[in-house]
Amino acid sequence: MIKLFSLKNAKKDGESPKTGTQKKSSAAQLRIQKGFVILDINELNLPKTCGTEFPDPDDLLTFKLVICPDEGFYKGGRFIFSFKVGPNYPHEPPKVKCETQVYHPNIDLEGNVCLNILREDWKPVLTINSIVYGLQYLFLEPNPEDPLNKDAAEVLQNNRRVFEQNVAKAIRGGYVGQYYFQRCLK
Amino acid sequence: MDSEYSHRKLSHLRKVLERSGPFCRPDFEPSSESLKFLMQTCKILVIGAGGLGCECLKNLSLMGFRQMHIIDMDIIDLSNLNRQFLFRHKDIGASKSETAAKFINDRIPGCNVIPHFCKIQDKNEDFYRQFHIIICGLDSIIARRWINGMLVSLLIYENGILDQSTVIPLVDGGTEGFKGNIRVVLPGLTACIECTLDLYPPQITYPLCTIANTPRLPEHCIEYVKVIQWPKENPFDCSIDGDDPQHINWIYEKSMERAVNFGIQGLTYRLVQGVVKNIIPAVASTNAVIASICCTEVFKLASSCSPSLNNYMIFTNTDGIYGYTYEAEKNINCLTCSQTIKEIEIKSIYIKLKDLIQLLCSKNDLQMKNPGITANISGKIKTLYIQSVPSIEEKTRQNLSKTLFDLGLRENSEIIVADVTTPNTIMLKIKLLKNS
Ligand SMILES: [Zn+2]
Repeated sequence: MIKLFSLKNAKKDGESPKTGTQKKSSAAQLRIQKGFVILDINELNLPKTCGTEFPDPDDLLTFKLVICPDEGFYKGGRFIFSFKVGPNYPHEPPKVKCETQVYHPNIDLEGNVCLNILREDWKPVLTINSIVYGLQYLFLEPNPEDPLNKDAAEVLQNNRRVFEQNVAKAIRGGYVGQYYFQRCLK
Repeated sequence: MDSEYSHRKLSHLRKVLERSGPFCRPDFEPSSESLKFLMQTCKILVIGAGGLGCECLKNLSLMGFRQMHIIDMDIIDLSNLNRQFLFRHKDIGASKSETAAKFINDRIPGCNVIPHFCKIQDKNEDFYRQFHIIICGLDSIIARRWINGMLVSLLIYENGILDQSTVIPLVDGGTEGFKGNIRVVLPGLTACIECTLDLYPPQITYPLCTIANTPRLPEHCIEYVKVIQWPKENPFDCSIDGDDPQHINWIYEKSMERAVNFGIQGLTYRLVQGVVKNIIPAVASTNAVIASICCTEVFKLASSCSPSLNNYMIFTNTDGIYGYTYEAEKNINCLTCSQTIKEIEIKSIYIKLKDLIQLLCSKNDLQMKNPGITANISGKIKTLYIQSVPSIEEKTRQNLSKTLFDLGLRENSEIIVADVTTPNTIMLKIKLLKNS
């Protein structure tokens, strides 16, 4: 057990504080959060269908993920997600939005994504990589059980062929039902 | 001053500090010096002047501590008055830290509490270095992590050995309704906040599809308005401010509509406030228990009279009273406290970045594969080179043929390196070889 203060040399006020280090606040915190992020970014092990884009390389907290599925319903499309890593990462997950309008049971037309690890199942041991794989999986296996876009989920459940056609239509650009989807071909 | 030590009101403290006993630490030496140390020298920082902070200031000042600082950025609100007992109705709108300091200083002769009406992030290393012990009663995990990072960064290692005089113990208390916890962190020696980040429960969230399509609880309706409807309709052209009654009102009305649509009962204005601001009702008695344990730990650390809590205690008083103590283990891969800053010697500050990378890959004790490098350049983190991410690689490639000097690095600059060969980032301080 360490004894922190022997009474004789416990005086602190007598110490001359090192001057010249007049940084407004320590870079310590910056370091920790960015430490997590650089680690995460550096070990990003992207599947070949995914790529990242960092508009500002000094800002590792803001970037985009581009997914171009090479199989499944969404083959041939190009979908962009924005990532924002907040100050409480990895205690809290990054905020992720889909920037491409997509006809998908688990993504609504405002770009909200229903993926469990983005909200209720997030844990600090998960990484940005986990989210990338989660998102990629959503395109391979859209899940009609937990829909965000109920119409799309219903179609997927009732008629896979019609769903497939709707997805293709949306990717090429056009109306599905009353909604217009912008072209997002690769 | 001498008469104060012998005053009757401190006789109970002298019984603990001037006599030995079976539960004392083996290295404890009873003496009258301890009380003098507490009263004259020992400098304590109390972070947060809320429910826990008020209790702590009161406890510490009655325990003999006289040199205290208190820091809090908040102002007093009507809803604080039931438990934050250093504040009165007339104080509403005033700074919590200033009001609390004045109350204690007026009430306890000789007490010198210095208030800081600001964020903890507004203070620098020199400010935090002056304290012997820091006690923390915060409801924010971000702030806890920040102060933890600050205390770790104050540690000084010489030849890999921690200089123990740079350790500033952190006693951290937290409460949530009828539950609470206390932990004692000796930065660099015992588990730090980051080592055990998973001990802090994440905010309650609900699956997006549930709140969008199958809401069952009033909370689901509120979350829906907060997460989906607000960004879509953006009613006030800004993000949600939980303290703005207009915002709360809008969310209340919209979630009420939704609750009616889905036949959900029990939605109230207070619940909306609670969900939006993530408020967990504060219970005065829980605060009192947690603060008293925290202050006892401060007293034990300052006087060495008794062994410290090792190192995490939980307390609940929902069904009777329950307390449990265990030792949270230090995480050897903790990004914050397992890092001792290493030094890397280079022959000149005019070598190019690619030469530095070459060095990182060839040096025997590093042998990295493709390091990603960022650096702290005058307080800002800059990305120097990351090979593994194409879009960053492209934008930072030109740095490879720049000299370290041109990139803003100097002797003693810190670079942060991540590589597949380590589970952790490595911090390297640049040193120039002597003979060049
Ligand atoms: Zn740690």
